[in-house]
Amino acid sequence: MKKLIGIITLVFTISFAFASVNYAATTANKKSDTKVKNTCLNCHTENENLPEDFKKYDVHLAAGLTCASCHGGDPTSDDDAVAMSKKKGFIGVPAKKDIPKLCGKCHSDIRFMRKYNPRMETDQVSQYFTSVHGMQLKKGNTDVAACTDCHTAHAILPPNDPRSTVYAVNVPQTCDKCHGNKELAKKYGLDPNVYNDYKASVHGKDLLEKKDTGAPACNDCHGNHGAVPPGVKSIDLVCGECHVNNMNYFMNSKMGVAWKELGYHGCVECHSNHKIIKPQDDFVGTSDKAFCVKCHDEGDEGYNVAKSIHSSLTKLDTLIKQAKEKLAKVRKFGMDDLDISYSLKEAHQAIVQSRTEVHTFDSSKVKAKVKPGIEAARKAIKKADSEIREYSFRRNGYAAATLIFLVFIVLFYLKIKKKKD
Amino acid sequence: MNTTRRKFLNFLLSVTGLGALGAIFYPVISYLIPPQNVQAKVNSIKAGKASSFPINSYKIEKFGRKPVILVRDEKGAFHALSAVCTHLQCIVQYRKDLRLIWCACHNGKYDLHGRNISGPPPRPLLEYTVKIVNDNIIITQPS
Amino acid sequence: MKEIITKIDKWLDERYDTSSLKEFIAHKKVPVHKHSIWYYFGGITLFLLTVQIITGILLLMYYKPGENSSYESVRYIVTQVHFGWLIRSVHSWSANLMIFAAFLHMFSVFFTRAYEKPRELTWVTGFLALALALGFGFSGYLLPWDDLAFFATKVGTEIVGVVPVIGEPIKFLLRGGEDVTGATLSRFFAIHVAVLPILILTLVGIHLLFIQKQGMHEPESFKALPEEKKKYISFFPDFALRDFLVWLVVFNILIFLAVYFPWKLGPKADPFSSAPAGIKPEWYFLFMFQTLKFLPGHILFLEGELVGILAFGLGGLLWMLFPFIPFKNKPQAKITPQALIGIFIIVYMVVLTILGYIL
Repeated sequence: MKKLIGIITLVFTISFAFASVNYAATTANKKSDTKVKNTCLNCHTENENLPEDFKKYDVHLAAGLTCASCHGGDPTSDDDAVAMSKKKGFIGVPAKKDIPKLCGKCHSDIRFMRKYNPRMETDQVSQYFTSVHGMQLKKGNTDVAACTDCHTAHAILPPNDPRSTVYAVNVPQTCDKCHGNKELAKKYGLDPNVYNDYKASVHGKDLLEKKDTGAPACNDCHGNHGAVPPGVKSIDLVCGECHVNNMNYFMNSKMGVAWKELGYHGCVECHSNHKIIKPQDDFVGTSDKAFCVKCHDEGDEGYNVAKSIHSSLTKLDTLIKQAKEKLAKVRKFGMDDLDISYSLKEAHQAIVQSRTEVHTFDSSKVKAKVKPGIEAARKAIKKADSEIREYSFRRNGYAAATLIFLVFIVLFYLKIKKKKD
Repeated sequence: MNTTRRKFLNFLLSVTGLGALGAIFYPVISYLIPPQNVQAKVNSIKAGKASSFPINSYKIEKFGRKPVILVRDEKGAFHALSAVCTHLQCIVQYRKDLRLIWCACHNGKYDLHGRNISGPPPRPLLEYTVKIVNDNIIITQPS
Repeated sequence: MKEIITKIDKWLDERYDTSSLKEFIAHKKVPVHKHSIWYYFGGITLFLLTVQIITGILLLMYYKPGENSSYESVRYIVTQVHFGWLIRSVHSWSANLMIFAAFLHMFSVFFTRAYEKPRELTWVTGFLALALALGFGFSGYLLPWDDLAFFATKVGTEIVGVVPVIGEPIKFLLRGGEDVTGATLSRFFAIHVAVLPILILTLVGIHLLFIQKQGMHEPESFKALPEEKKKYISFFPDFALRDFLVWLVVFNILIFLAVYFPWKLGPKADPFSSAPAGIKPEWYFLFMFQTLKFLPGHILFLEGELVGILAFGLGGLLWMLFPFIPFKNKPQAKITPQALIGIFIIVYMVVLTILGYIL
């Protein structure tokens, strides 16, 4: 028996030893593979004259590219005269107008990119030259953004890395570096407040505060590399990318036809472009806040439609608010809230749909969507009321029971006392 | 006088005593009577007959507190997914024309296994298991 | 009616000779003095234990342990089952009242020095029963599987893990794995409805047996009275009736609390959510929990938390063995060192519990 155990342990130790040797060998192989001599880094680190934005996590550095991959020269030579000689192709700091070409050297070469990131697109540079930035740069205007202005030069990260300047949440600030510059804005007749407008918008709040990366950043409407302001024709299509129903309803409505005739831009007339605040039911209707009254006057058909749509929406909204209050009460009492919250969810779904339906500008259609919502909300209120009633019934039931108990206790006490006497 | 008083006291004592006993036993016995709503089995639900579920259609089922979308695709297979969009918690629907799960709120699209295809939703929808037992559609929670 | 009873009595007597039992009941007496009120607290604890057993069995009829069913079945009991809310609420409230009554009982015994010879083992069994009651509270707290229960258990079992050498294995054993999961739930359920009931019933049985054997304790002041001035009442029926009256009052209070302050059921436990703010254990653990919070990170070369736990362990042990610790009492002293210790402990517990609530 002892022998057997000895043999087993021996086998284990030997196999373990072999396994660890194996492991060490593979990791060593990997390391030597990626190590390419990069003497630039040695001297520039020592002399503390690395580029200001240099970061070790830079995607190119991590992929094994060297300084020379962009700046030219010979990274294998320890002699700086040789390493940075023109003969060896050293270019120093590239001129801004040459940057897209420099990046495109690899990024437009599908065969080269395949080795590193096979699924990456390679049309960024050509897209860039279709943008205002690209066209202006071609003309020699260096005020505009080139690749490095957005992506940085030495701290480049893919857009899904939260540290990246082009990560969705960071994009608005990256654009704001130039678009918030008052002098530049004055020079080109642009609004320097777009960032603040955006920040206050429903999209900005979702993206920047709630970190909902599904909310659109600048590039989601304006494009990434082919950055252009949305054309007059396309703006509703841009919004419709996410707000499909709103766009479809609007395009097929009377209003959509009229908009086209008037040459209006689409969504922006009511919702603005950058400062798109969360829609309120008061946007439609006949109050001062409503957009409808900008064109429609009391007495005309549109005015009545607006009034009717508004009253449908507020009716449902008030009921939902009521139901919510009661639900909170039911929850506080520890009563059954399951059916109530289901009905409330239904009502909520209905009001979302009704608000979308507003874009048909057809009061009967809105009414039809509101109707099931009202029913669901009423159901929730009814159920909540019955739960609240049940709750007070329990208390009253206790009062009755406790009365009986109390009388019994008193009588019992009297009985004991009598016995003692 | 004294005896009548004592008798009266005893009478009252037994009446309230019985009342007190009733106040204890009534709740206990009603507790033991099984309630009408049978306890919801929350790790699986029945969702009607498979044979009467039209092809290429969907419905929303209550799975405990969570709504679940049950879809029958054009080949007749069943799929069940969490019906709550992972973006802003709208209820999703099945688009017959696209053969996809679609959220009307911001155009989020998922395939029939809940995987994201396009749009703002950040995560896939949770997929539930569907089994057909004796023509009953049974949806179970994935473990 | 009376005839039937006599017949049954005769039938039993013929077979089991009940005369000694009758004798015992007839002669059992309870002293009457100004501290008599404390005699009731043991009975109250026993009464509440009975309520716990009955409501516990009732809850078992609908409760289904399991990650996917615990919360749902408790919800079902509370919302769908007739009077289910009442039964659950009574079970929770009665548990708390029972522990409170047990604490009062313990301290009254302590201050009237009823634990002294010959009642040392009564004290020990009583202490162990109270420890088990705390175990009941801890294990039962997890069973509804709502978020507070989940995180309280997580924190509670985490504390056990601090103890060197045996801490980690005990934590692992308690949790049924590395973390609080459905496995922990099954374990706690087994402990709560099978292990602890057997142990506590045995202990309480022994505890009661000792009391019956030795009779009620008489305080010094009562013992010092001349024989003719000592007042007694018979245990049966006089004291028993009073006991019953007190139980009725306690029962009424219990129902009042259960109806007007129904026990909450939070949202279902989600192991991946972050812990809700301000997790606190049940009030009877709060003074220990708060102490651990106040302790510095390190005391000498030891972890502060560890020192606290070891101190509580040692304190508990000393408290249990208190009747065996010899004290030299000067007869002329106004206050005994034992009383001082007791007062210190009560003040400590009350102050830290209050701090636990306001901080």
